[in-house]
Amino acid sequence: MLSFILRRLLIAIPTIILISIFVFALQKFLPGDPILAMAGEERDPETIAFLREKYRLNDPIPLQYLTWVGNALAGDLGISLRTNQPVLELIGEKLPVTIQLATMAMIFAMVIGIPAGILSAVRKGTVIDYAANVIALSGLSIPNFWLGIMLILLLSVKLQLLPASGYVPFADDPLRSIQVMVMPAFVLGTALAATLMRHTRSAMLSVLTSDYVRTARAKGLSERRVILKHAFRNALTPIVTLSALLFGELIAGAVLTEQIFTVPGFGKLIVDAVFNRDYAVVQGIVLVTAVGFIVMNLLADAAYVLLNPRLRS
Amino acid sequence: MTLFRLTLGAALLGATALGAQAQDLRIGLASDADVLDPDQSRTFVGRIVYTALCDKLVDITPELEIVPQLATEWSFNDDNTALTMTLREGVTFHDGTAFNAEAVARNIERSQTLEESRRKSELSSIDSVEVLGDYEIRFNLTQPDVTVLAQLADRAGMMISPDAADEAGTDFGLNPVCSGPFKFEERVAQDRITLSAFADYWNADEIHLDSVTYLPIPDTTVRLANLQSGDLDIIDRLGATDLEQVRSAGGITVEEAVSLGYQGITFNIDNGDRGDNPWGNDARLRRALGLAVGRDIINQVVFNGAFRAGNQPFPPSSPWYDAEIPVPERDVEAARALLEEAGYPDGISLEVQVPNRPENMQLMQVVQSMASEAGIDVQITSKEFATMLQDQSAGDFTASQVGWSGRIDPDGNIHGFVTTGGGLNDAGYSSDEVDRLLNEARTVSDDAERKALYDQAQAILNEDMPILYLYHQTWLTALDDAIEGFVAYPDGMMRLEGVTKTEG
Repeated sequence: MLSFILRRLLIAIPTIILISIFVFALQKFLPGDPILAMAGEERDPETIAFLREKYRLNDPIPLQYLTWVGNALAGDLGISLRTNQPVLELIGEKLPVTIQLATMAMIFAMVIGIPAGILSAVRKGTVIDYAANVIALSGLSIPNFWLGIMLILLLSVKLQLLPASGYVPFADDPLRSIQVMVMPAFVLGTALAATLMRHTRSAMLSVLTSDYVRTARAKGLSERRVILKHAFRNALTPIVTLSALLFGELIAGAVLTEQIFTVPGFGKLIVDAVFNRDYAVVQGIVLVTAVGFIVMNLLADAAYVLLNPRLRS
Repeated sequence: MTLFRLTLGAALLGATALGAQAQDLRIGLASDADVLDPDQSRTFVGRIVYTALCDKLVDITPELEIVPQLATEWSFNDDNTALTMTLREGVTFHDGTAFNAEAVARNIERSQTLEESRRKSELSSIDSVEVLGDYEIRFNLTQPDVTVLAQLADRAGMMISPDAADEAGTDFGLNPVCSGPFKFEERVAQDRITLSAFADYWNADEIHLDSVTYLPIPDTTVRLANLQSGDLDIIDRLGATDLEQVRSAGGITVEEAVSLGYQGITFNIDNGDRGDNPWGNDARLRRALGLAVGRDIINQVVFNGAFRAGNQPFPPSSPWYDAEIPVPERDVEAARALLEEAGYPDGISLEVQVPNRPENMQLMQVVQSMASEAGIDVQITSKEFATMLQDQSAGDFTASQVGWSGRIDPDGNIHGFVTTGGGLNDAGYSSDEVDRLLNEARTVSDDAERKALYDQAQAILNEDMPILYLYHQTWLTALDDAIEGFVAYPDGMMRLEGVTKTEG
């Protein structure tokens, strides 16, 4: 198990290097001069020249990259061109926000998606199955931004039940923090719930027709026990992998959801940074996201091994 | 009976305590401020925050008159080469440092010498600063320049604690120390900026709030939803299309002020090789486009009539507007005639670059459809703003839909854009007469005399039309009915003196 994880970690290193080079280069090819945007409306040529020098934008691009890598290895991801705040501090500030959003969204997705998937598999071909499929399909096809705005108008403006947007740190006021996050998490969770539901359904269907389920039923076990203990447990492996893969989708979804609900998280940070050509921030976020993605996949593989004894050798 | 009295007394006390509970004003801004250092700052929303945080030497009235703030009196010398100011006594910065002439001198020095400073061009005419006494200071100018006073009514005139500035250097923005009615508490990027009332403020009697929280909420719909749900008290820039709905719903008041800035189309006249095109070479074509578009129609169709149609760098509501050149009526026939005269009886096409924002795109589509009736085929190229700005300053464009946020002094809306070699002259326009008039306008302190010079320049510019002015944005500030005493200003800043919030 340990050598497996170590091996995977070693493979991860070149991946991270490749990603960072790719993003660095891509940013440089983006049209639009960050310094021109930074210099202010007056665009004083002296200030522009100074800023270009200060942020080393006159260096050749490979040298700029190496400087960045050197600093990053020393734990310095630079400062935001826009607010002068250290990038590491910004990431540290935003990461918990998005983790909370992602966690709550994942809970929504699982609570809705998995039972719906089991139900529609067990009741295959019935009204329940069709209804669940229709709901899943709408969950996938309703655009996040539309659902978000509708929920805000209904729950915040009309019924005044939930705050329309923003963020309250969990440590400051747990109840309020959850209240603020319910809508964005639900919106983000629905699309994932649909994916989860469909995969749970197909995984359950293939397991339900297998021999050992028939055997379990023949032994006279209760249907409930057959489904939850025998069938679901075995259907869980692909679901876990999927959940880990959905992490990427979750981050991508958070970008849009955070924008709608003005949640000051990772997604909003990266979108604003790209538009402001805040190079250091974009680069820092990509690095952290790439590492996060790799770690999540690693954890999924490890969970896989734990759930499936056949893989333990 | 005694018990009853006691209970009543306690109840009354409780009620008073309730009435005196902390008043926090929550303001929704259209975007997140940049660095909170007046010398390094460059965003509009940043200035909104400074209005509560940092006092300036002078301020403006809604009618654009310059009034005292940290300076109580001032005068120019006879040839307008020196500005002497008397400063307010008994003012302290948020860190307890006293405000005096020495502090002003150090502030100006920082604005002029800090390498990251964005204020250099605004203060370029100040040659030296002389401390004449504790509360008396003189700015010696390199040349006659009356525009410097208005610069001191904005970021260049914001006074920060010189000790704190020296200590923090370029990091000052992480913990700004000024002398305004509110002091800095906390900032969480993209989430909130919190300020609390400064007890030792010189004008504390006018401040009725305990704290202010600024929350950046870029989406107009969501910003309005927050106001409607009671999570916010004031929002910056209500969408013009939401105006009617807000007015009919009740519970929200909208305060309006026509902005100092403008939106228009800048033509490439002589900025690099691309200036050599029919549109750059022949003013008749540019005037034809001006006649083909109805400014009022634009305002009605795109902005529900909430903005102000315009044809000059100053809005019709400004004292600097030249009433002799009113906003022209749309005249398709005249536009066609001009095209024919210029040698394009069958029409001509024009490529215009536009920022890829919904409002700008919609504006250009309306222009496009009106222009087509006159035989002008407008081709819209949408670009992200940073890219567009780069292409524009590099001369890689034929025409550009662009605007200006506006300055208090008329000079700031016109000089840099149309004088030869001006820092913002992306059109590459050059006219000796306009240069002479606009340079002279800087040296004259009498407003009527100055206006006569601007009017003369305006007459030439209206013929040459390097910039086709289209409209002036109106600041639409929406307030919960619990907020009283708010006054909208043409600079779009939210001054909190006299603003009260009643618990609803």
